[in-house]
Amino acid sequence: MNLFNVLTDRPVDPESAAAKFIADTKHEETHDRLVWGMRMHRDEAARQIPGWEELRELASQIKEHTLTHLDQYLEQFEQNAIAHGVHVHWALDAAEHNDIVLSIFQKHNVKRVIKSKSMLQEECGMAAALETQGIEVRESDLGERIQQLAHERPSHIVVPAIHQLRTDVAALFAKNLATDEQNSDPHYLTEAMRNDARPALLHADAGMTGANFAIAETGGIVICTNEGNADIGVTVPDLQVCSIGIEKLVPRSADLGVMLRLLSRSALGTPMTQYTTHLHRPRPGTRIHFILVDNKRSDRLASPDFWHALKCIRCGACMNTCPVYRRSGGLSYQATYSGPIGVILDPGFDHTKYRELPYHSTLCGSCSEVCPVRIDIADQIYKWRRVIADEGLLPLAKRAGMAVMGETLSHTEAFHGAEAVAIKAIEQLPGVVFNNPLNPWTKHRDMPNPPKQTFHQWYQKNRGSE
Amino acid sequence: MNPQQIARTTILNAVRKALPTQKIDLPAVPVEQKHLGATGGFGYRGNLSSLEKIEGAPQPGESLTPYFERQLARMGGRSLTINTAAEIPDKVRELFPAARRICSVIPEMSDAKPLSQATSSRSLADVDVAVVRSHLGVAEAGAVWLTDLDLIVPALGVLTQHLVVLLDPKDIVPTLHEAYGGIIPFDKYPYGVFMAGPSATGDIEGVIIHGAQGARTLTVFLLAT
Ligand code: SF4
Repeated sequence: MNLFNVLTDRPVDPESAAAKFIADTKHEETHDRLVWGMRMHRDEAARQIPGWEELRELASQIKEHTLTHLDQYLEQFEQNAIAHGVHVHWALDAAEHNDIVLSIFQKHNVKRVIKSKSMLQEECGMAAALETQGIEVRESDLGERIQQLAHERPSHIVVPAIHQLRTDVAALFAKNLATDEQNSDPHYLTEAMRNDARPALLHADAGMTGANFAIAETGGIVICTNEGNADIGVTVPDLQVCSIGIEKLVPRSADLGVMLRLLSRSALGTPMTQYTTHLHRPRPGTRIHFILVDNKRSDRLASPDFWHALKCIRCGACMNTCPVYRRSGGLSYQATYSGPIGVILDPGFDHTKYRELPYHSTLCGSCSEVCPVRIDIADQIYKWRRVIADEGLLPLAKRAGMAVMGETLSHTEAFHGAEAVAIKAIEQLPGVVFNNPLNPWTKHRDMPNPPKQTFHQWYQKNRGSE
Repeated sequence: MNPQQIARTTILNAVRKALPTQKIDLPAVPVEQKHLGATGGFGYRGNLSSLEKIEGAPQPGESLTPYFERQLARMGGRSLTINTAAEIPDKVRELFPAARRICSVIPEMSDAKPLSQATSSRSLADVDVAVVRSHLGVAEAGAVWLTDLDLIVPALGVLTQHLVVLLDPKDIVPTLHEAYGGIIPFDKYPYGVFMAGPSATGDIEGVIIHGAQGARTLTVFLLAT
C-alpha cells in the first residue's frame, strides 16, 4: 500500500513540510547543489545549439497549435492507433482510468506488473488502487523504485529520489534488499537494484508506461528514459498498457525533431535521453492498450489564463532553476507535481487543497526563462494567487496581513505612519517578532538593520521645501 | 452507449467547447534530407546549416563521423572503425573475452543459434553480447536507430548485458530534424528505439552509472560498405 496515495482534503502546508527538509542541512545543501548542477548543464547544452531560442518558439507554437485543434488530433490519433491494432480507451478522470486498467488486468489474469515512470499514473493514484485489488505493481525506474520502497511520492519529475542522500538509500536498501548498510557507494547500490529487479522484470505479466509524446499522424507514442526500463516493459511482457494525457499530442513525426532536441537538454543537459522508444503496433501474439485521459485537462484548456500550462513536456528545468524548490525539496509541495510547474498545475486539480502552493514561490521569473516550450509560468503563479484571493481562500495569516496592507497602502498618512512604526518595531522587537520561529519567512533570513529614518522623513527634512 | 463511448464523447465534446478561440497555425519544421535510395543508405550530403555553428561540428563537405563518435562517447558509448566484415567476430571476442552467450543477428557474423521472431523474449535473459545492425545514426545525439527488423526479438536490445551495433557511416544524419523528417516510416514498426549510449542512471546523488536496467555498454562498429 502506498501511503502517499491516501488522499485527504486538508490544505497542504508547504512551509512546515519544507522546514522538516531544511532541518537537516546536509539534505538541503546536497539537493541545492545537485539540482542547480542540472540547471548549469542545461545552460551549457542550450548554448551549443544554434537557434535555441527559435527552437523554443517553434516548440511553443507546435504545442499551441495542437491544443487549439486538440479535438481533431485526438480523433486522428485514435483512428490511426486502432488501424494498427491497438485498443484505445478514454477516461474522464482518475477513477475511470484506474477502472479501465483494472478491467484489462482482470480480463488477462494479470498479477504482476512492471511499471515505468508515469506522472499521469501517479496523478491517478493508480499503483495504490491496483494493489488493493491484489495486483503487484513494481516500479522499474531506479529512482522511482527507491521512492516506492520509501513509501514516498516522487520529489522531482525527472530524478524522483534526488532529495535522498546516498546514505538514505543505503539504509533503505539494507532494510529491503539485504545490502550492506555501511556501503553507500552508488555503483554498489545500483548493481544491487539491478540484480533484485531483473527476475521481477522478466516475469511480469504486463508492462505499464506513460507517454512523453503521442503522434497524431502515426497513431503511436514515444517514451523517453535513460535506463531503458520502458523498453523492458514494452518488449518483454505480452501485454502493454500506456496511459496518455490528452495534452501529449503532437501533429506530425517531424515535430519530434523539435521536441526531442529540447527535452533532454533542458532536463539534464544531454543531447537526448539514452532511450527514446517508439511504440506503434502490437507484435504478433501481443496486445497494446492506450488510455487517453482527461482528468481536468479539458477544464484547463477552457481557461484563457491557464491553458498554456498544457504545453508542458515535463523536463523539470523549471524545478532545477527555482530557488524555492531547490531549498525546500520536492516533497514539501505535498502534491503530484512539484516545483514551479506543480505550483500552476496542482491548484487546477483542487484549489482549496493546494491554495498555499502559489505562495511557495519568489516570483523571480527564472522558471519562465528556462521553459523549453515557453510557458508563462511566473505569470500563471501570480494569476493563481489572484484566483485564491478572489475566492476567499487565502490562508488566515496571509489574509489578515494583506487586508492591513491594502488599507495602509491606500491612505498616504497611514502609510507613512506605519512605516515609522515598523522601523520602531524592528528596533525594539528584533528577536521576538521578526525572528520568531512561528514566522516561517524569517527563519532562514535575517531581518535588515532598520534605517534611522524613513525615506519620507528624510525627504521631508532635506527636500521638503522644494 | 457503453461507458467507454460515453467517456469518449464527453471528453471530445468538452475539448471542443474548451478550445481557445485564438487559432495558432502549425509552423513548418525545417528539414533537410536527401534519399539515395539506390545505395540503401541515406547518404546525407546536404546542407549542414543546422550544425555548422556548433563548436567542433563538421562544416559543409566534412564527414559527420567524428562528431557522431564524440557525441556517442559523451553519452557513455564507444565506437570502433572496422575495415572488413571478416574482422567482426574476432573484434567481438577481443572486447568481451568473458562472454558466454553471444547472439548475433547480422549476416556478417553468423550465429550457431539464430534468433527468429518466435524466440521468446525471456529466453534472452542470459545473453552476454548481442550484435545487431542499425540503418540510421544521428550525429548530434550520438544515437542509433533500432527496430523489430534489426533486433528480430526487440527485447534483445535491452536484455543483453552488452550491445554491439554495426553502422555504416553514410547512414549518419546531422540532427534529429533530418531523422524525423520523413526517412523513418515509424508506423511500420511495432517497436523502434533511438539508443544514445548504454542504459544510464543518475538517481543516487546524481552519480552517473551505466547499466541500471538495460545494456551496460554500447559499442558502435563503424563499417563502410
Ligand atoms: S513547465 Fe516548462 S520547464 Fe517546467 S517541466 Fe514543463 S516544460 Fe519543463
